[in-house]
Amino acid sequence: MAKWWERLSKSQLLVPLSALLLLVVFNLFRDIGFFSISLAINNDGNTVLQGNLISILDGASELAILAIGMTLVTASSRGQDISVGAVAAIAGSVFVRVLRGNEITMSVILGAFLAACVAAMICGLFNGALVSVFKIQPMIATLILFSAGRSIAYWINGGATPTVDSPLLNYIGKLIPGIPIPSPILIVIAFGVLVSLVLRFTNLGLYTQAVGINEKSAHLNGINAVGIKLVTFMIIGVCAALAGSIGVCKIGLINHEKILLDIEMDAILAVAIGGNALGGGKFSLKGSVIGAYVIQALTTTLYAIKVPSTQVKAYKAIVIILIVVLGSPVIKAYLARLRDSKLRPIINRLTRKPANAMENES
Amino acid sequence: MENDIVLSMRNISKSFPGVRALHQVDFFLKKGEIHALMGENGAGKSTLIKVLTGVYPKDTGEIHLEGHQKEVVIKSPQDAQQLGISTVYQEITLCPNLSVAENMFIGRGGDRVIQWRSLRNRTTDILEKLNIPARATQPLSSCSLAVQQMVAIARAVDMDCKVLILDEPTSSLDENEVDKLFSLMRDLKDQGVGIIFITHFLEQVYEVCDRITVLRNGELVGAYEIKELPRVQLISKMMGKELDEITGLEKQKALPDDDDGTIPVFEAHGLSSAAGTKAFDFKIRKGEVNGFTGLLGSGRSESVRAIFGADRVTGGRVKVNGHTVRIAKPRDAMRYGLGYLPEDRKQDGLIEELSVRDNIILALQVMKGFFRPFSKAEAEAFADKYIKLLGIKTASSDTPIKSLSGGNQQKAILARWLLTNPRYLILDEPTRGIDVGTKVEIQKLVLKLAEDGVSVTFISSEIEEMLRTCSRLIVMRDRNIVGELRGEEMTQAKIMHTIAGEAVQDG
Repeated sequence: MAKWWERLSKSQLLVPLSALLLLVVFNLFRDIGFFSISLAINNDGNTVLQGNLISILDGASELAILAIGMTLVTASSRGQDISVGAVAAIAGSVFVRVLRGNEITMSVILGAFLAACVAAMICGLFNGALVSVFKIQPMIATLILFSAGRSIAYWINGGATPTVDSPLLNYIGKLIPGIPIPSPILIVIAFGVLVSLVLRFTNLGLYTQAVGINEKSAHLNGINAVGIKLVTFMIIGVCAALAGSIGVCKIGLINHEKILLDIEMDAILAVAIGGNALGGGKFSLKGSVIGAYVIQALTTTLYAIKVPSTQVKAYKAIVIILIVVLGSPVIKAYLARLRDSKLRPIINRLTRKPANAMENES
Repeated sequence: MENDIVLSMRNISKSFPGVRALHQVDFFLKKGEIHALMGENGAGKSTLIKVLTGVYPKDTGEIHLEGHQKEVVIKSPQDAQQLGISTVYQEITLCPNLSVAENMFIGRGGDRVIQWRSLRNRTTDILEKLNIPARATQPLSSCSLAVQQMVAIARAVDMDCKVLILDEPTSSLDENEVDKLFSLMRDLKDQGVGIIFITHFLEQVYEVCDRITVLRNGELVGAYEIKELPRVQLISKMMGKELDEITGLEKQKALPDDDDGTIPVFEAHGLSSAAGTKAFDFKIRKGEVNGFTGLLGSGRSESVRAIFGADRVTGGRVKVNGHTVRIAKPRDAMRYGLGYLPEDRKQDGLIEELSVRDNIILALQVMKGFFRPFSKAEAEAFADKYIKLLGIKTASSDTPIKSLSGGNQQKAILARWLLTNPRYLILDEPTRGIDVGTKVEIQKLVLKLAEDGVSVTFISSEIEEMLRTCSRLIVMRDRNIVGELRGEEMTQAKIMHTIAGEAVQDG
């Protein structure tokens, strides 16, 4: 019990988890019906799960995917990629362009997605090269595509906002008949598993953190710092392509001006709420993903308590300030002091373990 | 006698989770004395200073200051400063781009409108009074490190300080600069300032200090008049070991002449790098320990960095075991079995936020490859093995390395390279800023490695250390190799002469 508490109180997941818990408790007292999930038949005649929780999970899909990429970029380059929304628009446009030129089959969708990935990875490579080779601050380097990206997306489809229609796309953006869970949720799970496997079976995590914490030292230990930064920027490219493609599939059209607008800020916020230092270094992907769901849950809650949509952003800001301040080093240090002075004596008394068991080596 | 006391700390205890850093320590500082605070890494010196300056709250104990009837409460460095306790750290904490005068007065409050002219005049007065060779208007960055250090001290003194803490002020100074600093310290002492001096250089302690307080494992060993405590006794008090254990170091026997036909483990011809080394030749044989020596800035570090490919190599040929190879970056060097412990541990060695374990396995992991990470159990086993082997004091292998003391951090970085099982290991200042006990351990380790057939290049600014460990010394001046000494020739005097450029005889 004591150990469990100690580990949690030191963990960086403490803040995002307690934020999520707070939202849950708030909604529990407000209206327990907020959590109800029901099976319904949608317009296409398919069975689907409905409820606020499902729509939170579904709505946060793109954000969660981008938060993963943003975490890696932040860790390696000590800065953020603010072009993800624009790159997602480019990737989405490429996706639609390929779909429009062909009869839509599963392999064409796959090809379109690969094309979107390539486009987004080129963007990532461009950003990454500016950051790693030319040593430009990430926010400045990605400002270029941030401002130019949606114009590029405009060209890709000749300025139109074309629609694409196929039941196959609905399988991706909405749901697969017979599985009542919205597909984007499944995609996030699959992507999350993939990323964890990559982290488990490569040294991406170790290298990224080493480069982010001390690039010189990483170099002297044989790590290719430029390469690692490029890789993380290409990964966030893939994330943007995935998010953009899901966005297209959800509504069946690409609007290069509107798709995933302002999502870069939410992605950065998700990283911060996840307890990750925006100055790079150690990271927790879990934290960022939870952060993404916290943001979405907050938005849904605000709508549920009938905050006018024009004012949602202001309310969101208030809550987010609270979360970020709670996670700040100052408050953390205060809590740690509190823990050591108040809690530890109690725990020690309970467990009867001397506080200085180690220390007696010569 | 008791009236002379300016600062008394009684019964000070401080624990951190899992570590008892200080246990009932007493410390007394007299007016107008220079008092050395000695102890190995982790003995509790820094903790004591941090308690005194309000960085850490103490668990028990009292602090009394002259002129205060009651116990003083120090909750923050600002409190300490207001009470007349000032600290000057090893790293200069002033602003290099501001002028000396600005640095003297910045952040000290006072008038809203700053009268630059009067500040300049006051600064000039202070500098003159303390014999500091700097002008009030010159930018701090144009002063030498020693003068910057002295400005920091002058600033502290001008803030009416009664207790001045100098934390490793000499580690980045050369001999001349150290002398200047010492004369400043003596002046201050005559003015009645009590000075707490923390250093790892024993000679300096005996040159300038009046009394010594020794700590070990967070406990007070004792306070001594300097005359009553010869060096060897000080060392054994610090280490808690008898003398024989310390001096049991045997110098490596000089290897016979170079040309005995064996192929050098590493050989360089005309090697030069972008860091500004002049082309140089170098070789080292199996099981040899050699060293680069020379003044700070002579190019000794740049030379070994060139060998490891740490800076961009601009010319030269390199052979490993007789085969011509290309070493363009550290990764190449590692592939050929080279290891390099850098001079600047913090900047070039540590990955501070990562755990001791990750720091130890890093180099070997990189050599194994991106797609083949060690399992957690493997990494744990490696880390535990070396934590035990080198006696690294850490709460666990999961602890972030930045929370370890300097000597233990150094051991961890050493462990990182030992783990790669190198055939040629370059150690640049492995003993800087760490305690005597660890220094001796590291020297022993170097000799042990050589016995096992590893070639080692050992650099240290303490010549005695190099004399003790190396069988051949390469002497550098102004980025050139100016001589090579071996065997009988290796004496302090001979090295000095070679560095100075007199009576050079190539070996």
